[in-house]
Amino acid sequence: MRVIEKAPARAISSYLYRNPKARLAGLLALPLTWLIGVYIISLFLLLITAFWFIDPFTSKVRPGFTLDNFVNLITVPAYFATSMRTLGIALAVTVLTILFAIPLGIFMAKIASPWLRNFLAVAITLPLWAGYLVKLLAMRLTFTEQGLFNWLMEPFGIRGPGFGIPVTILTLAYLWFPYMALPVFTAIRQLPNNLFDASADLGAKGWATVFRMVLPLITPAIIAGSVFTFSLSLGDYLAARFVGGTTQMIGSIIASNISLNPPVAAAFSMVPIAFVVMYLMVARRTGSLERI
Amino acid sequence: MKLLIAILENVFLVSNARLNQMSDPRFGVSDRDYLGDILIHSAQDKSVGASGVTAVSLRSLNKSFGNVAAVVNLDLDIPQGEFFSMLGPSGSGKTTVLRIIAGFETASSGKVMLEGADVTELAPFDRDVNTVFQDYALFPHLSIQQNVEYGLKARKMGKAERAKLASEAIESVRLTHLADRLPHQLSGGQRQRIALARALVLRPRVLLLDEPLGALDKQLREEMQVELKRIQREAGITFIFVTHDQEEAMRMSDRIAVFNAGKIEQIGSPREVYENPSSAFVASFLGVSNLISGTHAEKLFGSTDLVNIRPERIRLIATSAKAPAGEIAVAATITDVAYTGANTLFVLETDEGLRIIATKLNEELQGQDLGLEVGNKVLASFRKEHVAKIPNQ
Repeated sequence: MRVIEKAPARAISSYLYRNPKARLAGLLALPLTWLIGVYIISLFLLLITAFWFIDPFTSKVRPGFTLDNFVNLITVPAYFATSMRTLGIALAVTVLTILFAIPLGIFMAKIASPWLRNFLAVAITLPLWAGYLVKLLAMRLTFTEQGLFNWLMEPFGIRGPGFGIPVTILTLAYLWFPYMALPVFTAIRQLPNNLFDASADLGAKGWATVFRMVLPLITPAIIAGSVFTFSLSLGDYLAARFVGGTTQMIGSIIASNISLNPPVAAAFSMVPIAFVVMYLMVARRTGSLERI
Repeated sequence: MKLLIAILENVFLVSNARLNQMSDPRFGVSDRDYLGDILIHSAQDKSVGASGVTAVSLRSLNKSFGNVAAVVNLDLDIPQGEFFSMLGPSGSGKTTVLRIIAGFETASSGKVMLEGADVTELAPFDRDVNTVFQDYALFPHLSIQQNVEYGLKARKMGKAERAKLASEAIESVRLTHLADRLPHQLSGGQRQRIALARALVLRPRVLLLDEPLGALDKQLREEMQVELKRIQREAGITFIFVTHDQEEAMRMSDRIAVFNAGKIEQIGSPREVYENPSSAFVASFLGVSNLISGTHAEKLFGSTDLVNIRPERIRLIATSAKAPAGEIAVAATITDVAYTGANTLFVLETDEGLRIIATKLNEELQGQDLGLEVGNKVLASFRKEHVAKIPNQ
């Protein structure tokens, strides 16, 4: 009796068992709908929009095909400078997070006691739980004219840089640090201790060990981390807005054109994507993605 | 001046220890064998004395991890050019001692000296010793050639010279054809040889080997034992070899230190530690032993002191036969027989319940019909000089 009761469900299961393609379709239907329907199509629409233009008389978006938007990216000095500035900021953020992440990772993975290691791992991830604006505000309060930094440094006659590119870089590094620190820590954790012993045994001092052994071995983790720090920095505009003073980034231009001139905003949106693709191609070219 | 003191200290220590042992009445039983060893070793010591250097000295070395004492008040002198083995079960402190000599661990107290110079406070990269690690510790991102060049590069050697020396070292372990491969593309034995080449290319005064053959299968291991011994002889480098395999230690070493619970139980030539173990632990850790004490010993030898007889020293003869002069014979029943290839192992039990293990070469047993089957009675007979008194009961 029980078997008969279950029969319809059982029939479906049996059918799926006999037809691997149907099984695959059932598995992938939902994620593929999401990926293609929402993600790819919207990106594609964005790309198409980049070739449209604004009707000078009606100020409305007109479908068509023009390369003007892309030409402007390069020929308008303010646009070009903004792209380069954003690229520089993103690279600086990435380098800064790497510089912080490696010593911290070595300490956490190889020196700290288990308790301290867990504490630091939580301390690193904790900021991810806090809201984005909260962190921006914290940085703003730190570096504002009467802020913590200036107050602390006053006795030494040092004044903070004020809101501008340096504080933007610091803030972005602060925002994206967990994305670099965690993969780097995990990668160093997986390095056998006796590789460190062997390096010292063969005569390599601390620096030499880091540059010749640790760094090459954790390169995949650094690249994984830098994809986040680099691409998130490229796309960011709120940091520049709140702690950047007059600093403009690609995001700032997209944001200000989003309703005013969607084709320009769309063309600009392609820039970070192009940068990230170029970055990954360079990373692949160096061979650091395959060797390990 | 420092050097001279070190030499004197060493000569004094060695001769002192030897005198003590020679005059020790507990060694009476097998004086003859023992004296032979001393003569051989005195000759060796003299040659060492001529070169005049103790490669490694440890003084009152202690190391604890938390509450666990890994090394307890250890003194040790290893003359230059010696193949020295540290043998013991896992957790006996032998690897810790090796790591302290290398500089990977710092001693809780005590001194480490290399050729008379105090290196206790020096980092591994400032010590003239190199290590072959248990799992080789080759750098996975570097080719074999680059692995061997690693230490030369750290010494800021020029590119051409570096490449030349590394190539020679790789050739000396006969792996030139694999120089461009990555470590994971090599077999265990090949990786082992590269680890050796990487350490030896730096021409260290002392080479430390941390169970380097542990991961190899038996046949390869025996080949490497021969290879290691050859390299050590040719290079004239002091080898300090950590192992838990007593056969391996005996096969290769000039001297063996048997470790137990952070201390050296006994130190001596393979023959000394095997034939005249200083404690029950040493006797049972090196090979099979028949440790006899208490009433059994009193009945057989007239003393309750602990003694040891090696199984291959025991002869099995028919109960009808008489014990030859100078031998002690005891009647026993065969309770188990095991064929082990070259030998056959017999487990016997006397009427008093004493268990005796005897091994016989199968070559010897061939063609004889002694009735060596389970349940039969035999006489187990052995010469008095093969009964080794255990001094540390």
